[in-house]
Amino acid sequence: MNTKVSEIDKKPKHIGGSVLPARGEPFLWVMGGTLAIGISMIIGFLVLIFWNGLVTFFPKPIHVLTLKDGSLLAGEPIREEYYKPGKEQLEMLDAATREHIKRAQGFASRTLYHTGNFDLYNEDYRWVSDYEVAKTTLPAHVFFIERVEWGPFIGFPESLRAGSEIISKASVSYGLLNAQHHEAVERREQILRIERSDIGKINRRIESERLALRRAALKHGENSNEYRKVSAKYEERIAALQGEYDKLRKEAESIKESDSQYEITLRDVNGLEKTLPLSQVVRLYPANGLTSFRKLGVYASRWLEFLTREPREANTEGGVMPAIFGTFVMTVLMALAVAPFGVIAALYLREYARQGHLVSAIRICVNNLAGVPSIVYGVFGLGFFAYIVGATIDELFFPERLPNPTFGTGGVLWASLTLALLTAPVVIVATEEALAAVPQSMREGSLACGASKWQTIRYVVLPKAMPGIMTGLILAMARGAGEVAPLMLVGVVKIAPELPVDGFFPYIHLERSFMHLGFHIYDVGFQSRNSEAAKPMVFVTTLLLITLVAIMNTTAIHIRNRLKKKYYVGHF
Amino acid sequence: MVDSRVTYTESLETINYPKHGGRGVVIEIKDFSLWYGHQQALFNNTLSIERGLVTALIGPSGCGKSTLIRSLNRMNDLIDGLRTQGQIHFSDENIYNPNVDVIGLRKRMGMVFQKPNPFPMTISENVTYPLKVDGIRDRRLLDETAEKALRAAALWDEVKERLHANALGLSGGQQQRLCIARAIAGDPEVLLMDEPCSALDPLATAKIEDLIYQLRGQYTIIIVTHNMQQAARVSDNTAFMYLGKLIEYGDTRTIFTNPKHGRTQDYVTGRFG
Ligand SMILES: Nc1ncnc2c1ncn2[C@@H]1O[C@H](COP(=O)(O)OP(=O)(O)OP(=O)(O)O)[C@@H](O)[C@H]1O
Ligand SMILES: [Mg+2]
Repeated sequence: MNTKVSEIDKKPKHIGGSVLPARGEPFLWVMGGTLAIGISMIIGFLVLIFWNGLVTFFPKPIHVLTLKDGSLLAGEPIREEYYKPGKEQLEMLDAATREHIKRAQGFASRTLYHTGNFDLYNEDYRWVSDYEVAKTTLPAHVFFIERVEWGPFIGFPESLRAGSEIISKASVSYGLLNAQHHEAVERREQILRIERSDIGKINRRIESERLALRRAALKHGENSNEYRKVSAKYEERIAALQGEYDKLRKEAESIKESDSQYEITLRDVNGLEKTLPLSQVVRLYPANGLTSFRKLGVYASRWLEFLTREPREANTEGGVMPAIFGTFVMTVLMALAVAPFGVIAALYLREYARQGHLVSAIRICVNNLAGVPSIVYGVFGLGFFAYIVGATIDELFFPERLPNPTFGTGGVLWASLTLALLTAPVVIVATEEALAAVPQSMREGSLACGASKWQTIRYVVLPKAMPGIMTGLILAMARGAGEVAPLMLVGVVKIAPELPVDGFFPYIHLERSFMHLGFHIYDVGFQSRNSEAAKPMVFVTTLLLITLVAIMNTTAIHIRNRLKKKYYVGHF
Repeated sequence: MVDSRVTYTESLETINYPKHGGRGVVIEIKDFSLWYGHQQALFNNTLSIERGLVTALIGPSGCGKSTLIRSLNRMNDLIDGLRTQGQIHFSDENIYNPNVDVIGLRKRMGMVFQKPNPFPMTISENVTYPLKVDGIRDRRLLDETAEKALRAAALWDEVKERLHANALGLSGGQQQRLCIARAIAGDPEVLLMDEPCSALDPLATAKIEDLIYQLRGQYTIIIVTHNMQQAARVSDNTAFMYLGKLIEYGDTRTIFTNPKHGRTQDYVTGRFG
């Protein structure tokens, strides 16, 4: 023994040299490095989304700048950057500044300010170079006022009018303003409630009466006795509904009338004034005079608005509740559709079809389907589901609504089915693998008990394969929830007037078009008038989409793990 | 190896063979051959299994014991490219007739496999599985059957507290006894056992041998084993197979103490090479 050890000791270097590649260490480094790069990219991405998404709603201070030309400017500083001023720009500057820029190798710094007041300035963001600024202050009484229209206003509340009484600047306190504003918001909500849901209900009933009449006309002909009977009843009912409608209208008008008594007059830093109904104000706060607690309050109320309200101002402001809801409903419907479809297809392929060239070919095709661009699925969904299946359904079941399509156009059902088709390969492949992993001995055990093939699959194979199938479903849901391109063809819209699920019979309206977070990101980020204003919304919406997908996946993973625990208690 | 053979021959003398006493033939294998694709695995085997007795199938690895026992309940049907010739009669019906009800046949023959294969269900659901596939939903009947089968498989006392726990949480030996309980819960006529103890320790093996001894008479049992002592201890009749052919079949005592064929002699004494 001893001699052997010393022999090895004699030439350690030689052995070490030949062993290095054999141990595979360079490989290890490459693998580790690749993994590190991958992970750091993912983490960087998440940090970017999370940071930008989380800070967007936090109230920022408002700087009031006195520029060297004597004018004033108020705004939230958004970001700073270095830039190279052009030649003409430089020539207009005084010598000292020019010298300063020269020393900085031709670079000057500038800051982007969110100035708001789009209705007054025709812009709401402005770059200000540092050399333009004479003085920067943070006055405590400058307000950030979010409005229903025109974006935010940055300036000072000048006066408040309640009926004939005018409260002047001196006595407009934050507390009074808040109290008045609270009442105004209540009035606005009340008007909205009457106009949207109460009058909406009546409109719906009028519409259904009209459809009943049309149905009768289609069935019996316009000259029949039955039609005349229905028609008489129709007139009667419509008259009654019209009465109710007029009453509600009047009620709304009276609230509007009293609402118009309350107005606020605002003044920007340069003295320009703007008067608007108080109910048009969404939120107002003195940006520089807030305690930390108040800031958190504003932050929370903005999030609440974002999560529970409908969008305003071409989707760049307000909330995204319809989009959250649409994404959720569509993803759930998709999972409900793709699960049975994918599992049945995989069961047939793996358990029943004779394993041969044909099945191998089909399997390759299914795998390759995952590589078809998703927009192609969108085209197929529109052509097949909406224009063929949907149009046929319309003709058979909803002839009275034609030529307005019911199912014959994009809708949440067709979108879900299109995505189900898109994600089916994922489920099929995962299910096939899970089925193949069920030990043959278990199937034999079941068959030996006198179970039929279907009973064996139903009672033994499927339960055992369930966790694997769930994994496939989770992957499919993650893929489907983030898909945008095909949805643009089969039912997603910029603004959906109604949710796909509501309180009116039949409660789930599968034919309705819907909003979707992914499309919302695209729409806000690339289709809105001001990309700078849209940027924070893009981050917040992305954060929300990621969170929604994560929540749905976590739920599915939780279910899978419970199944796993059930079927994988340790052996022996 | 040499040592063990001495004790082995000694122990043969002391083994208390089960009493011989068949009550007629229950399975009759007539000139049965089987091919896996082009490879022939069984060659013209003829053999009658007696009702109520324990029949052991022995022979070197790869000689076709599993193939033969799996032919009895047509488990081999699952294999692609399988071809058979000859007949196997069970209660005077050729089970290889094309119109035979295979599911009904399997219900009359319980099977226990080499590796325990409990289903991913609770213990009681496992045992009552044969009733479940028959469409029986009567709770009381299911519970009674489960208890009876578990008692018969000498497992009741160990699991009665956790009938609704997952069966995969049992030990290997317990799992195998659970599989035996499952096989007899369907009240079969024949019990087929393919090396039921090969994955078990001596203590668990002894328990299962006890069990076989107790089930003898109630069921016709066919057991494949590599363990000569086990074959000698539990069986009434023994069949020795070699390269797909049945070499010798008869009374266990005769096969082990006074075989006619040299190969049998070599195999049972462990002189096989
Ligand atoms: N599914 C199969 N396909 C092809 N050949 C098979 C198959 N199963 C078994 N064979 C072959 O049939 C012959 C008999 O196999 P079998 O499993 O019956 O042997 P055995 O006696 O049970 O062996 P062991 O004691 O090792 O279990 C072997 O040569 C084997 O290779
Ligand atoms: Mg075998």
